[in-house]
Amino acid sequence: MSQASDGSRSLHLSQVTKEFAAFTAVKSIDLEVPHGSFFALLGPSGCGKTTTLRMVAGLETPTSGSIRIGDTDITYAKPYQRPVNTVFQSYALFPHLDIYENVAFGLRRRRSPEVDRQVKEMLELVELTSQARKKPPQLSGGQQQRVALARALINRPDVLLLDEPLGALDLKLRRAMQLELKRIQTEVGLTFIHVTHDQEEAMTMADTIAVMNAGEIEQMGAPNDLYENPKTTFVANFLGQSNLIAGKVLGPDGDFVKVDMHGVTVSIPVSRAHAAGADGWIGIRPEKVLIAAVGEEIDAPGNHLDGGIVTDVSFVGVSTQYLVRMPWGQELQVFEQNTGRRRLFAKGETVDLSWRPEYAFLLDASQDVTAGIEDD
Amino acid sequence: MSPIARTWRWIREHVVLALGLLVLTYMFVPIAVVVLMSFNDPGKSKNVYTFRHFTLHNWMHPCAPAGMCHSVGLSLGIGLLATIIATIIGTMAAFGMVRHEFAGRSLANTVIFLPMASPEIVMGSSLLALFVSTQVALGFVTILIAHVMFCLSFVVVTVKARLTGLDDNLEQAAMDLYANETETFWRVTFPLVLPGILGAALLSFSLSFDDYIITNLNAGQSTTFPMFVWGAAQRGVPMQVNVIGTVMFLIAITLVLGNELNNRRQARALATR
Ligand SMILES: Nc1ncnc2c1ncn2[C@@H]1O[C@H](COP(=O)(O)OP(=O)(O)OP(=O)(O)O)[C@@H](O)[C@H]1O
Ligand SMILES: [Mg+2]
Repeated sequence: MSQASDGSRSLHLSQVTKEFAAFTAVKSIDLEVPHGSFFALLGPSGCGKTTTLRMVAGLETPTSGSIRIGDTDITYAKPYQRPVNTVFQSYALFPHLDIYENVAFGLRRRRSPEVDRQVKEMLELVELTSQARKKPPQLSGGQQQRVALARALINRPDVLLLDEPLGALDLKLRRAMQLELKRIQTEVGLTFIHVTHDQEEAMTMADTIAVMNAGEIEQMGAPNDLYENPKTTFVANFLGQSNLIAGKVLGPDGDFVKVDMHGVTVSIPVSRAHAAGADGWIGIRPEKVLIAAVGEEIDAPGNHLDGGIVTDVSFVGVSTQYLVRMPWGQELQVFEQNTGRRRLFAKGETVDLSWRPEYAFLLDASQDVTAGIEDD
Repeated sequence: MSPIARTWRWIREHVVLALGLLVLTYMFVPIAVVVLMSFNDPGKSKNVYTFRHFTLHNWMHPCAPAGMCHSVGLSLGIGLLATIIATIIGTMAAFGMVRHEFAGRSLANTVIFLPMASPEIVMGSSLLALFVSTQVALGFVTILIAHVMFCLSFVVVTVKARLTGLDDNLEQAAMDLYANETETFWRVTFPLVLPGILGAALLSFSLSFDDYIITNLNAGQSTTFPMFVWGAAQRGVPMQVNVIGTVMFLIAITLVLGNELNNRRQARALATR
């Protein structure tokens, strides 16, 4: 029964579409965000994240589709009639009001009792008590960001929308605020929808990530599911890095699918094979690839490749990153933990590669192999 | 360092300050003359433009010249009314022109500049032609109509500039924080546009108080302060005109200084908190 009371405040988007003149910013997306979860909307710039949030906040009307919180349809409700608050990408603090009044704004509009106590507690929470009487322009970027958070959070909305709230902060403050946000979310138990284009941020903070691309949701799931079992080349490349190798599907074999990869037969679990046709991309994360000297035994029973030549070695402390050219000309990335058990390989050495079949995945060959690779 | 180099450096370091002081002097000499002349006792002399004796008489009896205080009252009344009307209508027009899409919006934006750009004498005489042909009696009402008309475009332009510079996100944030349309307007939009509206009102008042050409054409039997001064100047301006000028200047400077002091006090209060 407690499940029901929680479910009654979860957020549902069904078939939501937003068109601007001739341009479709959001294409028929379906989302379900359970109450109390930390949900991250991840995607490259311009993919429609802000537009999606604005429709949930009521600042934009969907062209079609519906938005519900629990059983209440809020698709066309006014922004001030929704139990939803937003932390804006640009903060949007009221410049003519001091910090205290900015934070109190929502409570005063709702004629809430005990405004003073609540505001003081909230300022305490975001450590801005000493700044209460300053005006927003007199605060640093990080402080303004915390005011924006406090101003939204104090209303205890069913859903809190955060539009890249950490975007303007430097790395150190950003990490600190990530932990802080996560702590606050756990403490108050509200639903957070956090928009970001920082995949690391999404993975460390969220219970569920939805990866958006060009107005559509490519894949949704727990961070490790998304990372370990991406269903599209976009997700495979956008979330971390992947080696994608062309292959021909030979057919099923028990729980595995056999795929011919440039003359070598490799196996991929059925649950991780997402290719519809006869061709596919075999995907393997660089840290899952094991590297060994020719003929040396590799402690991985399974897909085994030889004839690789090391073309680049970069030592990054905790790990060593190799580029290995395979006989078919493609360079694969290999990350090895520096456990000290294996020697470093030098440029030009011939090596064998291997990986455990259960770590590989298979994607449809019709997809662009470079989709989602960030060019930075 | 040679003396020449040192002198040259001194000049370089102080030239901006010196130029600034010169410009300020240039601007304030006429005002200083007005203040000085308000204490002048010209005696029986016909030449009222030279300082002869110090006296407080002008200040003790500001309304001595016949009709002057009445004209000041008329100018103040018209100035206040015209300011209020023009500010209200102009502000609403500015909101309409910035916030609403309508056919002919860009045309309206251009047309609003026309009264500012056309010569006063043209505006004045065409208004006069209008009033005469429609048989409206010239006087207080026609002056007021004329003043509202020329103040309007200044108000629209000033308020529009402020409104265009306003971040849309602020109003959306207010709505997101449970303020309905009315509350959003009064708690966020209006306070943020208010400095623009106040600026527009001050500008309107000084334009109205000051106007001679359009007023003179449409005044009928009424006499505003500028008309009084103009008329009196033929015979020699009464010293009390300088008293009025000084008072106006004092009011203006009090407004500016008061605002400045208030800002500083707030800044200091924040710094010591
Ligand atoms: N009012 C509008 N009119 C026309 N096009 C719009 C409008 N708002 C957004 N768009 C377009 O919709 C697309 C998605 O915009 P959106 O702001 O949702 O991107 P985003 O994912 O939030 O990107 P970013 O990470 O850069 O903030 C963009 O291509 C944008 O140009
Ligand atoms: Mg955005």
